[in-house]
Amino acid sequence: MDAILLQILNGLDKGGAYALIALGLTIIFGTLGVVNFAHGALFMLGAFCAVALKSLLQVSFVTESATQKDFLGNPLKIETPYIEHWFGDFGSFLIEYSVPAAILMAIPVMLLIGVTMERGLIRFFYKRPHAEQILVTFGLAIVLGEVVKKFFGANPIPQSAPELARGMVDFGVMLGFDPGAVPYPTWRLVYFLFSLAVIGSVFAFLQFTTFGMVVRAGMADRETVGLLGIDIDRRFTIVFGIAAVVAGLAGVMYTPIQPPDYHWGMDFLVLSFVVVVVGGMGSLGGAVSAGFLLGILQSFASMNEVKSLLPGIDQIIIYLIAVIILLVRPRGLMGRKGVMES
Amino acid sequence: MSRSITNRRSLLKGSAAAGVALATPTIFTSQVWAAGYTNEPKGGSVTLGFNVPQTGAYADEGADELRAYQLAVEHINAGGGGMLETFSSKALKGGGINGKKVEYVTGDTQTKSDAARASAKRMVEKDGAIMITGGSSSGVAVAVQDYCQTAGIIFMAGLTHANDTTGKDCRANGFRHFFNTEMSGAALAPVLKNQFGSERVAYHLTADYNWGWSQEGSIQKYSEQLGWKTQAAVRTPLGAGDFSQYITPVLNSGADVLVLNHYGRDMVNSLTQAVQFGLRDKQVNGKDFGIVVPLYSRLMAQGAGENVKGIYGSTNWHWSLQDEGSKAFVKAFGEKYGFPPSQAAHTTYCQAILYADACQRAGTFMPTGVGEALKDFDFDGLGNGPTTYRGHDNQCFKDVLVVKGKENPSSKFDVLEVVEVTPRKQVEYGTDLLGCNKGSINNGAA
Repeated sequence: MDAILLQILNGLDKGGAYALIALGLTIIFGTLGVVNFAHGALFMLGAFCAVALKSLLQVSFVTESATQKDFLGNPLKIETPYIEHWFGDFGSFLIEYSVPAAILMAIPVMLLIGVTMERGLIRFFYKRPHAEQILVTFGLAIVLGEVVKKFFGANPIPQSAPELARGMVDFGVMLGFDPGAVPYPTWRLVYFLFSLAVIGSVFAFLQFTTFGMVVRAGMADRETVGLLGIDIDRRFTIVFGIAAVVAGLAGVMYTPIQPPDYHWGMDFLVLSFVVVVVGGMGSLGGAVSAGFLLGILQSFASMNEVKSLLPGIDQIIIYLIAVIILLVRPRGLMGRKGVMES
Repeated sequence: MSRSITNRRSLLKGSAAAGVALATPTIFTSQVWAAGYTNEPKGGSVTLGFNVPQTGAYADEGADELRAYQLAVEHINAGGGGMLETFSSKALKGGGINGKKVEYVTGDTQTKSDAARASAKRMVEKDGAIMITGGSSSGVAVAVQDYCQTAGIIFMAGLTHANDTTGKDCRANGFRHFFNTEMSGAALAPVLKNQFGSERVAYHLTADYNWGWSQEGSIQKYSEQLGWKTQAAVRTPLGAGDFSQYITPVLNSGADVLVLNHYGRDMVNSLTQAVQFGLRDKQVNGKDFGIVVPLYSRLMAQGAGENVKGIYGSTNWHWSLQDEGSKAFVKAFGEKYGFPPSQAAHTTYCQAILYADACQRAGTFMPTGVGEALKDFDFDGLGNGPTTYRGHDNQCFKDVLVVKGKENPSSKFDVLEVVEVTPRKQVEYGTDLLGCNKGSINNGAA
C-alpha cells in the first residue's frame, strides 16, 4: 500500500509539470489554432530564468587565497558574490531562495518572449497548414535550445531548493501509516501544490475576468467576437504570452527536481503533446486531467510488479494510451466534438 | 549513301559507355583507394580525423576531447610539451609523424551511431583522414570501429566503457586506451567491501542499453563475489529525466546500497533524485545506506552539484594525480585553456600520442605496421602508470582509480577525490573472458 501511495505522489508531481505545459499548449491551440512545437522550449527557457538569476546573484569579485593553491599551483582564486559582500546574510538568503525568486523574474521575461514569438513569427503561420506550423515551431525550438547551449553549455546545471524545502515530509504518518513508510521530498510536494495554484489561477482568470470571457468567446467563435468590434487578435497575443508564462513558471520550479539543460524542451514536448491529445485538443480541463492521469499511470507502469508482468511497459505506457484514445475517441477525453475527428 | 540511325537503345548504350569512360579515371585515381593502403599520405602532411560529439548531450565532453586533440597535435608537431616529455617512448622528435606535419579535420558524432559513422566516412573519403579517433559513447565506438575495419583505417577509441568495444565487438583496426566495466567492477569491489562490508543488499538501476547492461553485469558479478545479495536490477529508459518512479521502490525494498548504472544526464538526474529522496542519509538494516556510481566523470559530476558528496565510483584518470605525466598534462592543458582536463580529454590526448608514436616507430602509416607497433606495447609516463596495449584485444591495461565525491571542494573542478589507485594487476582479466575475436588488420585497398 505504501508503494502505491508513493507512486501516486510521484505521478502527481510529474503530472503537475505535464499539466502546466499541456495547459499552455492547449490554450494556444484553442485560441490561435496553432500547434506550437516550441512550447517545450518555453518550459526550458523558464528553467534558465532560474539559472540566469542565480548566476546574476552570484556575480563575484575575486581574491587570492594565501594558503590554498589552484590546480596549476597558483594561489587559489576565491570568488565572493558581491551581494553577500554588500548585504551579508540577506545576500546569502537571496541566493538561497533564488529559485522561488526567479518566479518574479520569469513572469515578465516569459511574457515578453511569448508576445515576441507570437508577433514576430507565429502570426504569419495562422492560415498555413498545421504541417507548416509544426515545422516552423519545431525549428524555433531547436534554435532556442542551441542558443541556450551556446551560453550555458550542454551539461545540466544544478539548482537547489531553499534549505527549508530540501528535506523529506513523512507523508504516510498523516494517513495512518508507520513512521518512515511514505517519506516524500518536500520540494516535490511544493511543486505539486504550486502547479495546482497556477492551474487554478489560469482557470479563474479565464472564468471570472472580462478578458477571460472574451477569450473564451473567441475560442468558441472568433468571427462573431470580431464582428462585435473586439480586437480578438490582440487578446490572443496576450493569451500566447500567458501560456508562455505558465510553461516558464513550470520550468522555474522544476529546476531543483531535475538539473536543467538545453535539451529539456524536447524532453517534455512530446509527453506534453500526448497529454493534450489524450485530454482533447483545445480542452483546458482535459489537459489538466490527462496530465495528472498520465503522470500517475506512468509511475504505476514503472513498478516492478507491473514490469514483471509486462516487461518494458513503463517505456510505452503513455504512447499506448495515446494510440488507444486516438482509435477509440479521437477528440480526446474531454475534447470538443468535431475537433480531430474529421 | 549511308544513313546514321539514332534510336533510343543506341542512345542509352552510348550514354552508359560515356558515363563509364568519364567515371573510370575517378575510380582509379580516387585518393581513398589508389595507394598501397587507404589514404596513404603522399605530400608533406598527414591528416587525422577527430570524431567527437559537437552537438547533443555530450557536447561539453566532446569539446574537451577536441581541446586535448589540438594540444596533442601541437605537441607532436613541436616534438615536445605536455606528456610527450614524460612518455617512455622517445620516438617522436618533432616535425610531425614520419617527417609529415600533422593536420586534422573534425566530425560531429552527435552521440548517434549512424551520424558518427557517416562523419567518419566523410573524413576518410573526402578529407583523406589516415586515422579516426574520439567519441563519448560505446554505441558510437562500436559503429565507427566497424566502419574503420572495413575501410582499412585505424580507429583509436575515445571515451567508451562497455566491455563489448574490446570484447565481442572488437576489431583488429580498433584500439582502446579507456578502461571498461569489467575493470570498474574489479577495482570497486575491494573499496566497497572496506566501506560497506560484505553483508549488503544491492538494488541496481540500469540504463537500458549496451553500456548499462555491461556495467550492471560487472558490478553484480564482483559484488556478489563479496557476499552481497542483489535485490533487484531494474532497467530504466535512456533519458528518463525523472527517475522518481524507479527510486521510490528502493525506499522500502530492504536494499541498503543503490547502484546507479547511469552515465551523463541520466547519472546527474538519477543521483540528484536519489539524494532528494533521502537515500544518502537513510539507514536500512541498521546500516548507513550507500550509493555507488560505477563510472564517474568529473564533467558530469559537476552537473549533480552537492549530490555527489560521499558517493563512490571509478574513473579512468583524474587531474589531481601527482605522477609526472599527469602533472605535465594538467599544466599544459590548464595553461592553454584555463581549467583542468577531464578524463575524456586525457584518454583522447593519450590515444593521439600513442598513434603518432606507433607510426613513428613503425616508420609507416600502414595499419598493419601501426598495429604491429601497438601490439603488446608497454609504455609509461601517460598518467596511468605502467601500461600495456594488449595484442589479443587491443585493450590497454593500467591502474584504475576509485574516487569519491569530495565533501569540501575548493573549486567547481574539485568535485572528486581519489580514494584508491587500484593496481593494474587487480583489474587484469584473461583473454577468453570477453569473447574478443578481432581477426586481422585491414589496410584497405592495395
